[in-house]
Amino acid sequence: MGMTITEKILAAHAGLEEVVSGQLINAKLDMVLANDVTAPVSIREFPKLGKASVFDKSKVALVPDHFAPNKDIQSAEQTKIMRDFARKHEIENYFEIGQMGIEHCLLPEQGLTLPGDCIIGADSHTCTYGAVGAFATGVGSTDLAAALATGQAWFRVPESLKFHLFGDLQAWVGGKDLILYIIGKIGVDGARYQAMEFTGETITNLSMDNRFTICNMAIEAGAKNGIIAPDAKTLEYVNARAKRDYKVYQSDANAKYLQVFEIDAATIEPQIAFPHLPENTRSVKEATHVKLDQVVIGSCTNGRLEDLRAAANVLKGKKVHREIRLLVFPGTQQIYRNALAEGIIDALVEAGAAVSTPTCGPCLGGHMGILAKGERALATTNRNFVGRMGHPESEVYLSNPVVAAASAILGRIASPEEVR
Amino acid sequence: MIGQGKAWKFGNDVDTDLIIPARYLNTSEPSALAQHCMEDADPTFPNKVGEGDIIVAGKNFGCGSSREHAPIAIKAAGVACVIAGSFARIFYRNALNIGLPIFESPEAAEKIQEGDLLEVNEASGQITNLTRKETYQAVPFPPFMQELIKAGGLVAYVAGKGEQ
Ligand code: SF4
Repeated sequence: MGMTITEKILAAHAGLEEVVSGQLINAKLDMVLANDVTAPVSIREFPKLGKASVFDKSKVALVPDHFAPNKDIQSAEQTKIMRDFARKHEIENYFEIGQMGIEHCLLPEQGLTLPGDCIIGADSHTCTYGAVGAFATGVGSTDLAAALATGQAWFRVPESLKFHLFGDLQAWVGGKDLILYIIGKIGVDGARYQAMEFTGETITNLSMDNRFTICNMAIEAGAKNGIIAPDAKTLEYVNARAKRDYKVYQSDANAKYLQVFEIDAATIEPQIAFPHLPENTRSVKEATHVKLDQVVIGSCTNGRLEDLRAAANVLKGKKVHREIRLLVFPGTQQIYRNALAEGIIDALVEAGAAVSTPTCGPCLGGHMGILAKGERALATTNRNFVGRMGHPESEVYLSNPVVAAASAILGRIASPEEVR
Repeated sequence: MIGQGKAWKFGNDVDTDLIIPARYLNTSEPSALAQHCMEDADPTFPNKVGEGDIIVAGKNFGCGSSREHAPIAIKAAGVACVIAGSFARIFYRNALNIGLPIFESPEAAEKIQEGDLLEVNEASGQITNLTRKETYQAVPFPPFMQELIKAGGLVAYVAGKGEQ
C-alpha cells in the first residue's frame, strides 16, 4: 500500500517501515517550539519530568513574540521565565527582542524547519511549516514539556485529505484566498484530526510566502497538519538556509486519501471571512458595504516580504482614509530590513501606516492595536473569533494583504480594483 | 465516578478565545484564569459556575489556539468534566494531558438542556441525565489514552516510565 507524505514522515520518525491512519505512534522530534504564552506553563511542568536538561539544546526554539516587547509587568514576568530557562539550558534558538520575529515567520527563515522534519510547537499555527514539506503540528504546553524532556511525542496517524488545485489565479488572489475559500467549503472542523495535503499546478506556481499562508491556516479547518510536498522552489528556499541535513518525501501515486477535492482555482475571487468564524467566507464584492475602523497587515499568516510588498504597491502614492488606523507588522527583523531596503516601509509610512517591530500584537488582541466596543477591523491574520482583537463586541474580518491595503484607503472593505 | 453536576450549555465551535480570552494570557496562574473562564461566551459564567458543574457543548469544542490555559481555566473554575458532540484536536490532547475529563457524545450534547442534573461514570463513559431520566454513551478512549488518564496525565505518565 502506498503512503502519503505525512505517513512517510511519521513512519520514519517512529522507526517503522509503514504506518496506517489511526495508528498510535511515538515519534522522534527534529524541532520543538514554544512562545512567551505557552512556554511558562511547560517550564512549570518540566521539573516534574525528572530530567536535568532538555533533550537537545539545538532542537528547541523559544520565541518571545506574543506579548513581547513586554506589554505589562505580568507579561514581562512570563517572558522572563522563558528567558531564564533558555539561559539555564543554553537553548541555542532563543531569539531576544531585536532578533526576534513572529515564530512561524522566523523559524523557516532561520532554516530551523526543513523538509521531512517532524516538529511540534506549543502554538496551533505550527502547521505553517508544512509548506517546506515537514510534518508540523500544534500541541499544548504539557505535550511540549514532555517533548523538551524526551525529544518525542505520541501521535495518532491522521487520515489525509487531498486538495488538488488547478488553473491560473485571478488578479489580486493569493494563498490567503485559496485557503479561506477551502475553509469556507469544508468548515472550521472540516479537516478535524486530519492532514490537509495541497497539490496541483496552482500550488506549484505559488511562491513560498503564499504556501506558508496556506499551511498556516490548516488549523482553521481543524487539521492536524497542512503539507505541500517539496519541489524546486522549496529546495531553493531551504538550501539557502539549512544548516543540517534533511530528507525529501513525496506521496506515493497509490497513497490512500479519505477524500480528494478538485478545486478550479481560476474561479476563486478575493475572499473575506466575516465574523466570527474563518468559514464565513464571501467574495470581496459582497463585502464592500462594511465600514472599518482599523486595518491590520501582518501576522504569521501574511506578514512576510511579499505580503508587505503587495500592500505597499497598492498604497504607494495614496493616503490611508482619515477614519482608519492602518497597522503594519513585519513578520521578522529580516523581513523588516528587506522591506526597508526595498522602500516598502517608506511607502507604507508615507501613506499613513503605523509600522511596528515584529510582534503578534493585535492578532490575538494582545497589545498594539486593541479594538473598542463596536469597532470593526479588517486583518490579514487568521482568526476572527469573538473578542479576538479586543472587546467582545468588536468585529474582525479577514482578507489578503492587497484587499486590506485597498480597504485602508477607502475606509471600508474594498477590492484593489477600486483604487487602481 | 464523577459526582452529580449541573449542566451549563454552549453551542457549536466554542473556540479557545471564548474559553479564555487572550487578553488574560499574561498570566498562567490557574486561579487567575478561572476568574475569566468562558467570559466572552457568557460574562456571568465565572460567577455562577459551581464546583462539580459540567459544561455541555456542541461540535468542535475548543477549536482555535493551542493554549493549555483553556482546559486549565475550566478545571480551575471547578468544572468536573466537559461533554461535547466533538472536540478540536489540540484541546482533546490538552484536556487529557492535564487531567480534565472529557466525553464525546453527540447524543448527550443534543439532548441535555441547561440546568439538567447529570451523573457521569468516568470509567464506562456512561452519562446519566437525572433530570430527564435518560442515559447516553460517550465514545470510549483508545487504550493508550486510558493509560494516560489512569496515570494522571502526561507528565505523570512520562515521569513514571523513566528513560523512554
Ligand atoms: S501572529 Fe497571531 S496567529 Fe500567529 S502566532 Fe502570533 S498570535 Fe498566533
